[in-house]
Amino acid sequence: MTAHAIVLPVLVPALAACLMLFAGERRRGMQRALGLAACLALAVLAAALVVRSASGAVTAYFLGDWAAPFGIALVLDRLAALMLALTALVAAVALAAATTGRDPLDARGRYFHPLFQFQLMGLNGAFLTGDLFNLFVFFEVLLIASYCLLAHGQGAARLKAAVHFVVINLAASGLFLIGVALLYAVTGTLNMADLALRVPAAAPADAALVRAGALLLLVVFAVKAAAFPLYLWLPGAYSAAAAPVAALFAIMTKVGVYSVVRVHGVIFGPGAGEFALVAMPWLAAAAIATTVAGAVGALGAASLTRMTAYLTIASVGTLLIAVSLASPAGLGAALYYLVHSTLAVAALFLLAAEIGTRRGAAGDRLQSGAAIPRPVGLGIALVVAAASIVGLPPFPGFVGKLMILGASWGLAATPWLWAVILGTGLLALLALARAGSVLFWQPGETGAAPGAATRSALAAPWALLACGIALAAFAAPVKRFADDAARQIADTPSYATRVLGDAPGSTARPLRPGGPR
Amino acid sequence: MELLVASALGLVTACGVYLMLRGRTFSVVLGLSLIGYAVNFFIFVMGRLAVGVPPLVADGAAGYADPLPQALVLTAIVIGFGTTGYVLELALRTRDETGSDHVDGEEPPQ
Repeated sequence: MTAHAIVLPVLVPALAACLMLFAGERRRGMQRALGLAACLALAVLAAALVVRSASGAVTAYFLGDWAAPFGIALVLDRLAALMLALTALVAAVALAAATTGRDPLDARGRYFHPLFQFQLMGLNGAFLTGDLFNLFVFFEVLLIASYCLLAHGQGAARLKAAVHFVVINLAASGLFLIGVALLYAVTGTLNMADLALRVPAAAPADAALVRAGALLLLVVFAVKAAAFPLYLWLPGAYSAAAAPVAALFAIMTKVGVYSVVRVHGVIFGPGAGEFALVAMPWLAAAAIATTVAGAVGALGAASLTRMTAYLTIASVGTLLIAVSLASPAGLGAALYYLVHSTLAVAALFLLAAEIGTRRGAAGDRLQSGAAIPRPVGLGIALVVAAASIVGLPPFPGFVGKLMILGASWGLAATPWLWAVILGTGLLALLALARAGSVLFWQPGETGAAPGAATRSALAAPWALLACGIALAAFAAPVKRFADDAARQIADTPSYATRVLGDAPGSTARPLRPGGPR
Repeated sequence: MELLVASALGLVTACGVYLMLRGRTFSVVLGLSLIGYAVNFFIFVMGRLAVGVPPLVADGAAGYADPLPQALVLTAIVIGFGTTGYVLELALRTRDETGSDHVDGEEPPQ
């Protein structure tokens, strides 16, 4: 049973979604119970897998018992376990937020719960898979679910945003396939561990193809992660989505970052010979531009939700800066910051929606409107979330940024990186301070009857914020885990050995069995 | 054959990109479909061009065609079919809701 635990994070949501479809849309209570039970099961599973991976072992699971590199392998290492745990946490809170309140999101359209579970299935699969084409398939699974979730609840604005989101992601999927096909054409394999061994051995005549494949994949992941200049779809999509969906989407940009770490860290990592770190110069430049664009966008945003979307972009940029350092220290800092920024951004999306509800007609637009009823609890939550995102002590954003600053010390580019990270922090601080003062301290006369305040609406964002505070309080063990995960990623040879087993040296296999080359 | 295949791929992709950059959702969907065809064909070709050879083990075969890209293409076709269906439905629904088939949901200023 425990051997099969690795595949369960994919199977549990798939099974739950199918059961929900059988239960039918009318029995919403049963769907909710199934959804929450599945999220709970995923959380328990993720915790168990984190404990298992903490021992340092890379565990491979072969679907259908087809040995790698011929079959599809799922691979559990510390990075995958960390991402699974983060997904389970954010999903549980987002689902709780979507099913509670006076006008619960899941009652505003059909099939919310099955789509939510399929989204989780895609996310978990993307984090676990050790096969490049399978990564594409799980990307599609999570994207198809996200297309529907984004449009859930409907309305013209949401549909317009969905059209843009779907079209750009379909274009990116085409590029993904071209990149994968190029790499397969040169190496004859799709298994990531096998690719890591074969890419450095590529013939010099094929070098340009490998390079093109690697950079095409970088473009694809940059679209998913919303990196400059491919971030323009994100503010529209995330600000149009319902708050619980936007909170769940906070993890979707992280899938792009994760894929960069996995593909460009393992396959094109430091040990890839001629192709070592082929993407990193591009990534570094894009990361800096992303951070600046996100912060400037936040400063100019007209509503708190849109500002949160731009802050998501800025946090992705900061993350990518740390990833592009291509050192275990940088990657460890990036993973810590990734956990923090996902939690903080998700909380801020939920808070923005609650502020919008309470202000009634003015919504979360940054203009004076009706005074917010019972503002104290909401205000404190907003301050905590904002301070966390900006990176003020003692919140985890501060700890994370400190780690990134420390990891980027002593490089030629250090002054640039520090200036960007600290400067954009200041811009984000200005933007959020302005938003808070307009929303809370400038009640106008124009406001219609303000929306009623429900106390329970603050439970979900506080749960995320509490996790964030715990992340700061227990920064040392989390950072140790993140650093170990980063070192594990850098150790490509042992990863390859664990996945490919003791089969005779993979490179000894003919490039394409039997076929003329 | 290489020249023919490569130029066909290039032509279809170019048409797809052109259509995808148009302003109306129907052209965009057509463009995405064309790009999808080109990509699927590209994957297939990445298993090398081979004529008259079996993809599976056979006695006395002179060579083999690579079966893996053929399997990958099947998956990609299925996924592409599903997403095209969804984007069509989404485009129709958006036209109903906004009264415009422009990708931005509103007619551009004249």
